[in-house]
Amino acid sequence: MLGKLDWSAIPFDQPIPLGAALVVFLAAAAVLGWISVKGYWPYLWSEWLTSVDHKRIGVMYIVLAMLMLLRGFIDAIMMRTQQVLAIHGPGYLPPEHYDQIFSAHGTIMIFFAAMPFMIGLMNFVVPLQLGIRDVAFPTLNSVSFWLTATGALLVNISLVVGEFARTGWLPYAPLSETTYSPGVGVDYYLWSIQISGVGTLLTGVNLVTTILKMRAPGMGYLRMPMFCWTSLASNLLIVAAFPILTATLAMLTLDRYLGFHFFTNEAGGNQMMFVNLIWAWGHPEVYILVLPAFGLYSEIFATFSSKPLFGYRSMVAATLFICIVSFMVWLHHFFTMGAGADVNAAFGIATSVIAVGTGVKVYNWLFTMYGGRVRFDTPMLWALGFVTTFTIGGMTGVLLAVPPADFMLHNSLFLVAHFHNVIISGVLFGAFAGFTYWFPKAFGFRLHEGWGKAAFWVTLAGYILVFAPLYAVGLLGMTRRLQHIDMDIWAPYLKVAAFGILVMIAGAACQITQLVVSIRRREELRDETGDPWDGRSLEWSTASPPPVFNYARLPQVENEEPYWTIKQRALEEQGPADEDSYEPIEMPRNSPTGFVTAFFSTLIGFALIWHIWWLAIVGFIGAYATFVVFAWRDHGDYEIPPDEVARIDGERKAAQLAWLRRRERVT
Amino acid sequence: MSDATGAFSSDIAAGSATSDAYRPGHGHGNAHGWATGHGQGGPASKFVTVAYGFWIFLLSDIIMFSAFFAAYAVLAKATAGGPTGKELFDLTRVAVQTGLLLTSSFTGGLATLATQRRSMAGTQFWLLVTGLLGAAFLFLEVQEFAAMAAEQAGPSRSAFLSAFFALVGCHGTHVGLGLLWLGTMMAQLWVKGFRPEILRRLHCFGLFWHALDIIWVAIFTLVYLLGASS
Amino acid sequence: MPVLPCKSRPARSFFWALAAASLSGCAGGVLDPQGPIGAGNRTILLNSLAVMLVIVIPTLVALLAFAWKFRASNSKARYDPEFTYSGRIELIVWSIPTLTILFLGGLIYYGSHQLDPRRPIASSRPPLEIQVVALDWKWLFLYPEQGVGTVNQLVIPAGVPVHFKLTSASVMNTFFVPQLGSMIYVMNGMQTELHLQADREGDYFGQSAHFSGDGFSDMNFRVRAVSAEAFSIWVSSMHGGGGVLNADAYQDLARQSIKVPPASFGHVQPGLFDAVVRQTLPRGPGPTETAAGEPHVGPKAQPAAGAPAMAHQPQPEEGE
Repeated sequence: MLGKLDWSAIPFDQPIPLGAALVVFLAAAAVLGWISVKGYWPYLWSEWLTSVDHKRIGVMYIVLAMLMLLRGFIDAIMMRTQQVLAIHGPGYLPPEHYDQIFSAHGTIMIFFAAMPFMIGLMNFVVPLQLGIRDVAFPTLNSVSFWLTATGALLVNISLVVGEFARTGWLPYAPLSETTYSPGVGVDYYLWSIQISGVGTLLTGVNLVTTILKMRAPGMGYLRMPMFCWTSLASNLLIVAAFPILTATLAMLTLDRYLGFHFFTNEAGGNQMMFVNLIWAWGHPEVYILVLPAFGLYSEIFATFSSKPLFGYRSMVAATLFICIVSFMVWLHHFFTMGAGADVNAAFGIATSVIAVGTGVKVYNWLFTMYGGRVRFDTPMLWALGFVTTFTIGGMTGVLLAVPPADFMLHNSLFLVAHFHNVIISGVLFGAFAGFTYWFPKAFGFRLHEGWGKAAFWVTLAGYILVFAPLYAVGLLGMTRRLQHIDMDIWAPYLKVAAFGILVMIAGAACQITQLVVSIRRREELRDETGDPWDGRSLEWSTASPPPVFNYARLPQVENEEPYWTIKQRALEEQGPADEDSYEPIEMPRNSPTGFVTAFFSTLIGFALIWHIWWLAIVGFIGAYATFVVFAWRDHGDYEIPPDEVARIDGERKAAQLAWLRRRERVT
Repeated sequence: MSDATGAFSSDIAAGSATSDAYRPGHGHGNAHGWATGHGQGGPASKFVTVAYGFWIFLLSDIIMFSAFFAAYAVLAKATAGGPTGKELFDLTRVAVQTGLLLTSSFTGGLATLATQRRSMAGTQFWLLVTGLLGAAFLFLEVQEFAAMAAEQAGPSRSAFLSAFFALVGCHGTHVGLGLLWLGTMMAQLWVKGFRPEILRRLHCFGLFWHALDIIWVAIFTLVYLLGASS
Repeated sequence: MPVLPCKSRPARSFFWALAAASLSGCAGGVLDPQGPIGAGNRTILLNSLAVMLVIVIPTLVALLAFAWKFRASNSKARYDPEFTYSGRIELIVWSIPTLTILFLGGLIYYGSHQLDPRRPIASSRPPLEIQVVALDWKWLFLYPEQGVGTVNQLVIPAGVPVHFKLTSASVMNTFFVPQLGSMIYVMNGMQTELHLQADREGDYFGQSAHFSGDGFSDMNFRVRAVSAEAFSIWVSSMHGGGGVLNADAYQDLARQSIKVPPASFGHVQPGLFDAVVRQTLPRGPGPTETAAGEPHVGPKAQPAAGAPAMAHQPQPEEGE
């Protein structure tokens, strides 16, 4: 009846996961209880859970990402403390638990923290920057989000029910085959990634279509903001790379569930094929994460230097260059497989060639500041922190692209330090920068500057303290994923890294404090103009937060920096342009389709993990029924009458006019 | 988000659209309904957007198939002492399958023509024929799989057979899902008539069905013909 | 516990550590190579680093300098919002990284060929053949010319090139002796090759550098580079004692076991390694199969549980 599931799946004998699960459970119960007591359910259901508004879905993505970031960070703390406590000793995490921790850390950070954060930012910002009202497929967008949430939920269920993979964040075969991993850990991995991967793929389709087919009148390709360009590149990579992941994991699933022999030790299975396929997705994935960040850094450098982006076309070229070359470098993840000198040399050179595109970007940011008026607000601090540390991380990356160097540093803590160096500065700093930059747009008030700056400096210090010693200890030959350490020579470095993680905890505390303080003091931090940073692209031309339709009239775009032009014209003409006539606006209706799909896909995933076949069938029927119900509805849209549009837009214009008057008095 | 938008979207009574209700978010009368989305005229029409998005999805699907093709190419010789393609493949059956699937694409095209004439009977008839041909194709495939499994040549026999069953089975699953989609859509068309969103879905189904043809042609050549000859 | 030449100071930052390690040459890791391959790898690493630092350091300085010079509060800096494109700068911006990569590409090409793991080490002495099998979770070393084998202890003559052929009985692992240089994957059903040489006698730390399961952290071995005479004495002492490694003993050994102490076999059945590569010997059992058979080896089992009973501790003599 319940497949493989029985009481032994709950880790009653292991205090750490049980305690953690209890804390999570109590916290979730407290939040749900609070919502119930306050009577927020109807509001939450109609305004958020069923929303198809790209802005709200973006916000929900980021909320999910931040929760998962915290979970992944706790895993990181456990790993660093385990290694420092397990010098000549067992530490506090036995191997079967420690192996789950580092696997979960990687999986959660990449798939459920970094990806949702970037997708959330793209979701929120891209339609606003393109000057349109929503993405191409709003309901599909909601389905994508909820499928991602399903994946995250399944990973976290594995904390309590059963176990998570003990194979590392990429389940290399044959370790991940049933022979060597008979438990449900790998199955949790497979189904959670598979389900959220479908969500990601649909997001890719959605955003590519949005960017290529739905732009404000006049916005030709070479007038799109840089963030839209890098989002386009990133989503093209999603569309091209995620199907490879889906296929690869499907093959491993067939091996595990139906006795296929893709990657097994027997019957001709080929484990090298797994490594090749997984990295054919895995390397583009790195650029899927970092390209949107490159775009938002470009926006931030331009805004906070009070100058247009330097070398816009060159930046576009560099982005597309990275996008294409990223598919030709996957083999550098396994130079040590013994492929032969010519193959290694070719992929080594291709890998370093990618650095040309990144190098061009760094120089263009540098010249964006040249001749500008640089303001060191929190987003700009994150951007500067990024570009300096990322340059070093990129350099160590190119070192690893040199096969003979990689022969000594592959899988070492040098490698771990390298990819944290680029992903933390590239993606995480980017996420924080974008979060701080667009927060006022989403919520109508800024984040507290003092706490933001404190968070930046403390996090930067912690980050250097953790990873600088890891570089060094990697040069001393220490390999990754060690549960305990027998070499005295490595100990001091691990101790410094453990101290560094304490500093990073302080950084995270600053971030949380910043959020709490900002919410409590939101009245004094309110942004009335919709343009708190003196921005240059279209999203700053609408109110903060934007009305549900984003723009009362679709803006007419005449150059690369449409809002800057509007602003200059408004300043010259002593007031905003007249836009008296309004037309009714059609907007997509909210739909519970995404949420219900997530419910059924959670059932399907859980049932398949535990071999509860009847439940899986119920789930599939439910999912199909959901789609039929959605397809059958008669009214997908509702209309906002012109008076309402005029009223809302009037408020925005009044606020902007007030700002203009204030500005006149000052000058 | 804020109270402003929050209160706002719930306050609006969902008005019933009068003119073109199927272009959400584009605003009325912006006079660019025919825009291609290339920047001059603003957002493209819903029909263009949907078809374009579905194309992108199909491309990603083809990439997924190419991963299975790659795996098949790698494992084609890994028979582990088991039967080879030459011993297993029955080209007559595969030729019939190919004929069925290609014909179903043709009748799918006839359904599209009937749709353009807004002929309900014609559309339903040709969609039904398309579905029946697809079902016959699927029946032959299931029969082939069952026969192979009965001869101890199932997917667990060797890596070659794993790759074969996964690749061909993945295509078969697509055909099966296509049939489910087709049936649902025929019912919907019957109930709702030629509404814009139904027309868009019919168009997407056409794209999907043709894409399955293209993939089948690749399977026919690379798996069956090459497998039977070498 | 291998003894390393000298202890390194705890480093406060990456650059200090790098500088200290590369300058003092006493780090004990990959920057302190004890053989030609490791030395070659290190040279390529440091050369590549030097090539890149030539542009990275000026770039970082310019970044911080520009940010500071053009700060909004600095009224002396010229505000030039029109400065958004310069063909000359774009040319430089694209050509600097390109030239660097061209230079580096040469290094990559040269290094990949010179230090290809399959490339024999030029030497007047014929290479010693060693076959390596990664088991869950210990290393089996076979000396086909000598007909002996060891577990978790590798004895090699210093100054003589060693030709390794490597495979795995179960999952993927990586054979890595940091101070000797290049690592290489070991995979079941496949054979990889590696040439290494220790120039000096000494004890070196070896490990698996690819996560392979619960016992991975203890999958270490000691490399003892001894003089040629000591090596032949060691080999003949092996012939006298130790157990026999045949297919049955191998399958016992292949069961999962953790923290296996060094052991040795005085006689190894010829062709054992090839049988593992060709998969005519069954793959190493997984946890369920190990638990079903004897001896039972759980994650918390006694360290010696998996070691064959007939093994004895080899005591190589130091070269006089």
